[in-house]
Amino acid sequence: MSLLEIENLSLAIGGTPILKGVDLAIAPGEVVGLVGESGSGKSMTALTIMRLLPYLARAEGRVAFDGIDILGATEDQMCALRGDDIGMVFQEPMTALNPVKTIGEQVAEGIRWHTRANRAEAEDRARKILDRVGLPEAKFPLSRYPHELSGGQRQRVVIAIACALKPKLLIADEPTTALDVVLQAQILDLLRDLVRENRMGLLLISHDLAVVTEMADRLTILSHGEVTEAGDTARTLSEQQHPYTRELALASMHVPARPKPHLAGSAKPLLEVEGVGRDYPGRRISLFRPAQPISAVDDVSLTIEPAQSVALVGRSGCGKSTLARMILALDKPTTGTIRFRGEAITGKPESALRPARRDMQVVFQDPYGSFDPRQKVEKLVAEPLHLLERQPAKAERREMVAHALHEVGLGPRDMDKYPHEFSGGQRQRLSIARAIITRPKLVVADEPVSALDVSIRAQILDLFAELNQKLGIAYLFITHDLTVARAFADEVLVMHEGKIVERGRAAEVLDHPRSEPAQALVSAMPDLHRAIARRLQEQG
Amino acid sequence: MTAYFVKRLIIAALTLVLASMVVFAVMEILPGDPARLMLGLNASADQVEQLRNQMGLNAPLVLRYLHWAGGLLSLDFGRSYTYSVPVIDLVRERIAVSLPLALIALALSTIIAIPVGVFSASRQGRAGDTLAMGAAQLGVAVPNFWFALMLIYLFAVWLHLVPAGGFPGWSAGIWTALKSLLLPAVALALPQAAILARVARSALIEVLNEDYIRTARAKGLPYRAVLWRHALRNAMIPVLTILGLQFAFLLAGTIIIENVFYLPGLGRLIFQAITQRDLIVVESIVMLLVAAVILINLIVDFSYAVVDPRLRGRQ
Repeated sequence: MSLLEIENLSLAIGGTPILKGVDLAIAPGEVVGLVGESGSGKSMTALTIMRLLPYLARAEGRVAFDGIDILGATEDQMCALRGDDIGMVFQEPMTALNPVKTIGEQVAEGIRWHTRANRAEAEDRARKILDRVGLPEAKFPLSRYPHELSGGQRQRVVIAIACALKPKLLIADEPTTALDVVLQAQILDLLRDLVRENRMGLLLISHDLAVVTEMADRLTILSHGEVTEAGDTARTLSEQQHPYTRELALASMHVPARPKPHLAGSAKPLLEVEGVGRDYPGRRISLFRPAQPISAVDDVSLTIEPAQSVALVGRSGCGKSTLARMILALDKPTTGTIRFRGEAITGKPESALRPARRDMQVVFQDPYGSFDPRQKVEKLVAEPLHLLERQPAKAERREMVAHALHEVGLGPRDMDKYPHEFSGGQRQRLSIARAIITRPKLVVADEPVSALDVSIRAQILDLFAELNQKLGIAYLFITHDLTVARAFADEVLVMHEGKIVERGRAAEVLDHPRSEPAQALVSAMPDLHRAIARRLQEQG
Repeated sequence: MTAYFVKRLIIAALTLVLASMVVFAVMEILPGDPARLMLGLNASADQVEQLRNQMGLNAPLVLRYLHWAGGLLSLDFGRSYTYSVPVIDLVRERIAVSLPLALIALALSTIIAIPVGVFSASRQGRAGDTLAMGAAQLGVAVPNFWFALMLIYLFAVWLHLVPAGGFPGWSAGIWTALKSLLLPAVALALPQAAILARVARSALIEVLNEDYIRTARAKGLPYRAVLWRHALRNAMIPVLTILGLQFAFLLAGTIIIENVFYLPGLGRLIFQAITQRDLIVVESIVMLLVAAVILINLIVDFSYAVVDPRLRGRQ
């Protein structure tokens, strides 16, 4: 008998249909993957099972958990289920914990609530589950606050909260999307073990086919609120009967076509970074002793040739973004020099940096956060134009914006819209348009596709490749995602604890990593082909 | 934690010194010779000069400042020009009215505002919220003296529960004294509560959209428990900020209410001192209020750290 059965579930929020006739079942001890792009209704399916839907949501159909009719249950019944029989893990570990309560309080709270245990007993059990998820007492006493933990550690606390009472069903909504690949592999291992130990059902929600393939026995693919395909993971993905499944699988392995661009004549490097380091003041331990500085970037050297595309990969916190900020002259190195087109940009006053700023632009990760919501696209995309020697007239400016929009695949009519009228992928196109409007020689892109769905991400990667070819732009890609590096980079630099530990041609580094950090990254990277092959092999 | 405390303390002390310099300088610049004021228009220049010497007004500026500031530290504020009594005695009498009044008003305001804010936030956009916030809007808009008049009419004139005004002094018994402070405190508290409730509501609504609220709900806690245990404490920082500002206002900004109820409070004293050019009294009260505000801010800063562990730094 199934633990969870969803039949013909439809959901509307304020009259807008979100889910249409969704069917899904999970047996005890089974891992079911729910895959789909953003807005496909994955999270809403999860929140329906938890009955934590927004105020205006109306659900119809049947959701049965362990014989209980979820849609018809009273709020009291649901409170008894949540956290006890059904646990849930969320996507964003940085904000999922209450900042003013200790981790002990937060883990013990659910235990006390459901079991009526006294404080000491609850804390005892909280201690045990925290040990189990890999947060041992010596380093992580119950009195720690969330802000004292890293993202991966916080996600372990969230998992501890969800699994403290050995639920029959665990719902994990993109549990590793915000983490780097090494942490992702660790968290997935932990979830897999917990499922095995407790014969727990797991509903794993993800947009990442490779992750789901590694984890799930069966999978359900959602598109626009409807199930397009469901079934055994290996078979579904190897046969790829439904066109949408094929599309997803192709997009997630997409490599943009990139015939070698002819290098712009001279062998003079575009960017030279020499022995650059950046220290931050450390935390003072004593009033009388000076604090030890923390070195975020330590003696890094690299060069980028014109039109070359370089990927800087590393785990979160390794110093890649700090390095990028110094290259963009947004931060000053403590040591070393950075030269752009032969001219030093370190230690120069802001006024002398204008030419460098014009030729060097940036694309950020979050297409939602990097635009002022109250300004029109024309103004947003034209922003870097103030760096030009000669200020274009209004008509000319509109012309330039229209041209830039055209180059990224948007129309001139989009100029008079506001950012909220665009989808995530379109917004990332806007930020690329903003980056190329001054005809830069170098674009620094900080995780430019990691917030995007696979199909959009494939399109954006194609766009980057096309612009590289057409305009001869060099790229510095900063990413923890090796598929992006593999898809796109001529050269890969692996960064670890502030240092470059490995460098070489992309295929070489990714296929035969020599240093330990690079090996860790490569082996932790989920790979769709490998995962399918392994599943098929297991099933004979 | 200690570093945070020490830093705040040092900042507070420096602010106090700076403020005392500003107050002293302003009083120096203001026209009007205290000696002449005390002696009256018919005094001769000699007499005035003699008194100036006697009062130390002819000493160098720095010396006079140090003398004055030193006096402040030992609670010696000098003598009032008009009443010829030590300023400290005048002030002490008035604080005995103003401080309890402010505290009661603040307590009332908090007791009313927090539940209203929680109620409204948890029913955002529904009838109860609209009603409560409409009432709060009214509370902000209507001046407190009008509330005061209505309260007097209802509770004193009509129901005879409390006196309509005046203060019998604490020697008349704690209950009698408190009773005469009750109506003014309510009149002061209502508009403050209205502001505070709005702040609490918007802070709570913001917090209720946070991810950790969802985490708490997923644990199986009922909405109500999540609201009180998880949301409220996170919404306290803006509430505490407003509370601090309100307390400072309630200490000295209550002159209208003091007048409506014939209360001998600090507000009336400072008003009288200003009209009578009793500069030393003005100076002393201003300094006292500055000190009180700095102290309140210090308390607010410390309570931030109590509420939010992220402000404490690592132990």
